[in-house]
Amino acid sequence: MSELYLLRHREIQGLNQLKTYTANGGFDTWKKVVSTLKPEEVTQVVKDSGLRGRGGAGFPTGVKWSFLPTNIWPHYVVANADESEPGTFKDREILESNPYQFIEGLMIACYAVQAKDAYIYFRGEFAQIAHKFEERLQELTSKGLLGDKLFGSEYSLRIHPHLGAGAYICGEETALLESIEGKLGQPRLRPPFPAVVGLFDKPTVINNVETLTNLPIILGKGAAHFRTQGTEKSPGTKIFCLSGRVKNPGNYELPLGTTFRELIYTHGGGILNDRAIKVIMPAGASSSLIPATEAALDTPMDYESVPALGAQLGSASVIVLDETVNISDLVSSTVNFFEHESCGKCTPCREGTYWMAHILERINSGKASKADIELLKTVASQMQNKCFCALGEFSISAVLTGIQHFRADFDARVEN
Amino acid sequence: MNTFKKIHASEIERLLANYPPDRKQAAVMPLLHLAQQEAGYITEPVMQEIAEICEISATEVASIVGYYTMFHDQPGGKIRLMVCTDVACRLHGAREYLSALCNELGVAPGGTSSDGLVTIEEVKCIAACDHAPVFQSQIGDEVEYHENQNPGRTLDWLRLMTASMKTGQASMNLGQEADHE
Amino acid sequence: MEKLISLKIDGRPVSVPAGMLVVDAAKRAGITVPVFCYHPKMEPVGMCRMCLVDIGRPAVDRVTHEPILNEDGTPKIAFGPKLETACTTPVSEGMVVWGATEKVMAARKDVIEFLLTSHPLDCPVCDKGGECPLQNQTMAFGPGESRFLFNEKNHLAKHVPLGELIYLDRERCIQCARCVRFSDQVAGDPVIGFYQRGRQLEIVTHSDPGFDSVFSGNTTDICPVGALTTADFRFGARPWEMSKASSICTQCPVGCNISYSVRREAKSDGRCVVKRVLPRQNEAVNEIWLCDKGRFGYHFGEAEGRIQKPLVKQGNEFVETSWKEALQLVAENFRAAGKKVTTLAGGRLSNEDLYFLKKFNQAVDGKLFASSEMGGGEWTRRLGLTPGSDLGKVGKGAAVLVFASDLHEEAPIWWLRLKQAAERGLNLIVAGARATRLDKYAAHVLRYAYGEEEKVLKALIAGQGEAGQALQSAADVIVFYGADGLGLTQTEAAASLCAELLVKTNHFGRPNNGLVAVWPHANDQGAAELEVPVSANLAEELGAAVALYIAGADPAGDSPALKEAVQRAGFVVVQELYMTESARNANVVLPVQASMEREGSLVSGERRVQRFYRAVPPLGESKADYEITAAIAAGMGTKLNAVSAEAAFAALTQAEPAFSGLDYAQLGQTKAQWPLTGREEAYFSGTVVENKDGLGVTLSLQPNGKSAPAPAVMPAGLRVSKEGWLAVPVTRLYDQAVTLHSSELLKGRIGEKALSLHPDDAEKLGVAAGDNLSLILDGQQLEAAVDLDAGQPRGVVLVRRSMGIALAGPAEMILHKIGNG
Ligand SMILES: Cc1cc2nc3c(=O)[nH]c(=O)nc-3n(C[C@H](O)[C@H](O)[C@H](O)COP(=O)(O)O)c2cc1C
Ligand code: SF4
Ligand code: FES
Repeated sequence: MSELYLLRHREIQGLNQLKTYTANGGFDTWKKVVSTLKPEEVTQVVKDSGLRGRGGAGFPTGVKWSFLPTNIWPHYVVANADESEPGTFKDREILESNPYQFIEGLMIACYAVQAKDAYIYFRGEFAQIAHKFEERLQELTSKGLLGDKLFGSEYSLRIHPHLGAGAYICGEETALLESIEGKLGQPRLRPPFPAVVGLFDKPTVINNVETLTNLPIILGKGAAHFRTQGTEKSPGTKIFCLSGRVKNPGNYELPLGTTFRELIYTHGGGILNDRAIKVIMPAGASSSLIPATEAALDTPMDYESVPALGAQLGSASVIVLDETVNISDLVSSTVNFFEHESCGKCTPCREGTYWMAHILERINSGKASKADIELLKTVASQMQNKCFCALGEFSISAVLTGIQHFRADFDARVEN
Repeated sequence: MNTFKKIHASEIERLLANYPPDRKQAAVMPLLHLAQQEAGYITEPVMQEIAEICEISATEVASIVGYYTMFHDQPGGKIRLMVCTDVACRLHGAREYLSALCNELGVAPGGTSSDGLVTIEEVKCIAACDHAPVFQSQIGDEVEYHENQNPGRTLDWLRLMTASMKTGQASMNLGQEADHE
Repeated sequence: MEKLISLKIDGRPVSVPAGMLVVDAAKRAGITVPVFCYHPKMEPVGMCRMCLVDIGRPAVDRVTHEPILNEDGTPKIAFGPKLETACTTPVSEGMVVWGATEKVMAARKDVIEFLLTSHPLDCPVCDKGGECPLQNQTMAFGPGESRFLFNEKNHLAKHVPLGELIYLDRERCIQCARCVRFSDQVAGDPVIGFYQRGRQLEIVTHSDPGFDSVFSGNTTDICPVGALTTADFRFGARPWEMSKASSICTQCPVGCNISYSVRREAKSDGRCVVKRVLPRQNEAVNEIWLCDKGRFGYHFGEAEGRIQKPLVKQGNEFVETSWKEALQLVAENFRAAGKKVTTLAGGRLSNEDLYFLKKFNQAVDGKLFASSEMGGGEWTRRLGLTPGSDLGKVGKGAAVLVFASDLHEEAPIWWLRLKQAAERGLNLIVAGARATRLDKYAAHVLRYAYGEEEKVLKALIAGQGEAGQALQSAADVIVFYGADGLGLTQTEAAASLCAELLVKTNHFGRPNNGLVAVWPHANDQGAAELEVPVSANLAEELGAAVALYIAGADPAGDSPALKEAVQRAGFVVVQELYMTESARNANVVLPVQASMEREGSLVSGERRVQRFYRAVPPLGESKADYEITAAIAAGMGTKLNAVSAEAAFAALTQAEPAFSGLDYAQLGQTKAQWPLTGREEAYFSGTVVENKDGLGVTLSLQPNGKSAPAPAVMPAGLRVSKEGWLAVPVTRLYDQAVTLHSSELLKGRIGEKALSLHPDDAEKLGVAAGDNLSLILDGQQLEAAVDLDAGQPRGVVLVRRSMGIALAGPAEMILHKIGNG
């Protein structure tokens, strides 16, 4: 395995304790940033590093920061710890086992945009983690690493944990902001974008936990060092969440651009019972289904190559299906997820996911006809490009690509 | 009288301080979590009190309770067992695990055991896909992971928990397992 | 000047102000983009996705930022891969919008089909059937049939009461959130909301009482399906069976434009009856809204106990008689009284009625008074609002002072419009002795003790404090004054002080400047314009009358002193709908027509003269007030032209300079209003009625001179004393006045509690909300239930007007817990 930057706790015992973290150089970068760098300089280093958001969209992080208007204050930074995409469990490992590196990254982001208050939005299921964070943040404050006039500068910072309560959509950044504000977690209209009108109507940066965890490394070792890993356009390492029918599911930190084959066979130990691989879902339940051809297996996992296969890298939650999985079953499980998580704000998503779930239920219980498969396809296409936010669009990826590539699996259900 | 506010005065102060003074509504979720600690669900009078504290209407509070799956406005079992049967877990036998568990306990998903102690819920992905089958327990407002489960292991844990609840010496920490490496 | 943006919609060039949304720009160009969630009175949300259109914008070179041109030199238009929502996209220069292409039509069909997957399709039994945007748009844009299996539909509760006024049918709801957004954003009452999420979303209320908002009925107008209906109208009639009649609400001085839906029905013995009240659009008055009192309080016309024939007292009994005989009797007695005929005119009478009473009074050389416990009309006539004023347009740069009035209770639509104005940047100043719901939206709240009103006004006149400064420097100033805790003489003085303030700061005689009285009745302003005087010694005046002629007023019901005076008076004639206390004490009672049974005109508090029309035939032998007055006058030898209300109004305009030059035709004129309403515009406004019968005309100031008031002194008011309680009269929206008494629906909201105390005082007295208290007032001993209000001052008992305790102004009161002597 290559060098670990994000999952360092796997090499250093007890890294989730402050004294271990500081003994291993923790918060040195933070101190250096506040004491020696101007905010713009921090942003520039991050821009130079080419770091791209790990929450799904892969948007360049430094560029995103630079969108904040400097004539409207205060600014806020929100860490997105809502990790809810089925098949994704990387942020949880960071939060449990390498929490200080994430916090340090969050602090650096705050300094770069001169935010004095930051929020960490934990999904409700992370309640235990969130409680632990209350203690950790207090500890940092008492150690002078957080709080007023840090290291003798004029800069002050407070971080507030905020706990969700069970809603996938709150991972979507504007729904997340609504949720912090104490409203229904439903997405907002854009524009205005959060960078201009965000939390409490103020300019706001929202970054994923993993994105932020990269920052102490980038600011510590420099942009050039960061670029030694990964590809030109997708630099750095990434945590790949491997799950499904593999021998060794788990998180693997690998350079962006590593192939699916290497992840699944070298690190994941191959398919359970050495069966044949059928499908790769690179981005959790939101994925398009990639038929696991040799060419697909040899595709590098980065933000440019995966789209060439008609899919997205997303949060790199790779779910692997073997030959025994019926795609009609699989799709009903993704659709049920989206039906359950649709916020209900827009018509196509609210009604479409409900309708698709009904059709799939009929298909899978043997009560449908071939026409129903066509209907399923039409309903999915009917939703396409009409939804208010990406959740609705995600809900049809597996449906459309499933019928496209594995029609026989559906036909088998209606013929019996 | 605002009894919730009286009992938790300092905690409420602390939670409100996390948000700008003119944005009290932002404290509604933390307050609901706080309220849920005691009975495991939120009663109508407490919603009213939270509405007052947050300077919003009781309807707005109820909307929040209804929207998020982890807030409950009806009493359930003392222990809520939330079993993930989502995509990745399903590929690792989560459904079979769930039905075995339900059989043993004699409840359907969503139901509560006859002694009122355990409610089983089927939930969506909880970010533990590499350790399927998994469940989370929600007791009051404490949520814990239980990974790499099989029906036997889960039942053992449940027996331990319910026994301690029945004898009244319910130390909620009994269930804490060293699940995470 | 507004910046104009040029764009093309469906090939048509359009120029509209910058910032306008594509959906509205299309509407202005006569092109309909269908919508469900969008409503022009609320912020767009883009939820329903019905309004998807294809939008192209001039392409710009990324490097040079120059426009890219086609070969023919025209700008190249770039279309995005997705359709966009017309309701959330503002227009931009050079934009090209296609709203009827195959792609767009297909999208509409798709969205309709989605909406119908959950809809029960029960149009044949739905109240909205026939005026339903969902039904209309399904016909216009929907697929012929749904491919959704009927037995897979979500089945939900169909008769869910959201309180006792509004019912919800959960199956029909399409989750557009118009009702939730209206209640939250427009009405400021976030008491209904969504519960659950996704397909499970449903509307709920957790307020007590349910849907606790005086604006709740409006949600049934804007609901684009039959999900929300009123308890009053549901299952009452089908829209196509009813005809519409325009009218003016008579419940308060705002003068909301309404439309009665009427139909002939068997269960009312084949009579034509009012089935419901809908708002009629008048953007300068009520826009498209109504309060629930106006919407549900119309039953006074049809309630039991209406007097249908003239009545003459014989001994202690009334016997029915003919008009001829009754009028003869009246004429004889009036003639016998010589100059000692006193006339009392109520605030609900129309201008025509008032004018004829005035002519009658002149003819007999008697005395005429307006029945009112509030004064100051002179100043509203001289310094009130002028033509061109519109509360919907005041905002930044303007200031409004609301003095001694609880507008939410006394004139809800003014409250609503001032709230919106404050949200637009109006500098709102609320001065009152107790907390009201307007305080929340005010930039300055001035709290005074009852009895110290004068001090507050004098300070404002002197420009003291931030509020005083704001009034001096604002471009426009409107002052609303009311009678909260004040009697007749105090309100007269308050009005003159407010007038002094306006004159001193030069805020009158221009649109959106001047004085507005928050009158208790619909046409008190009309009486002021016609210079019908009020009297501070009314009891004496009435008691001294040899013949007393009372029209549209109930002095005997208002106070024991006045009752005694009516009993003392000689021959008493009362014109009424019901057997009021005054009617019971009369010698002759003459049956009048309710406002929906006749024509006439009223003057709103904003000085807008508005016409109302006959909606249903008159009951029994009742006549319009002006007709009766003309008949009485004829018996006395004076001819008044009562062939029609129009003729009476024509005579009025000849004689009264304030009304000079006006006629009914003018009052009946309309012009295009935005947003467009009416049947084919159902997409926008639901069951709001298009105004085809007149927007009314605002009077000019009288006299034309800029008469400044003489410095006024307020009579020393009573203060809270150590020993007794200071009782002050206050007005609440729902009370037991005759027009609400007959509304079964609103009874629950009226309640029984006539008194209100500060919780600390209640504790001292040892009483809780709902307990009965014994009180002594003017030597009379009474009992009444008490309510608690932490927003009111200590030491004060608020006495709700029209709840059975007569209180003309502040007074001392003795209070006891019952059982403690
Ligand atoms: C339906 C939906 C769910 C999302 N869930 C998450 C999530 O759980 N965690 C996350 O970091 N980003 C999630 N995102 C992406 C966020 O909206 C946002 O792009 C991200 O947090 C930005 O951080 P980054 O730039 O660091 O990636 C989600 C987006 C959508 C549309
Ligand atoms: S009740 Fe009517 S207005 Fe309210 S969300 Fe449903 S459809 Fe919309
Ligand atoms: S989305 Fe535009 S009208 Fe609903």
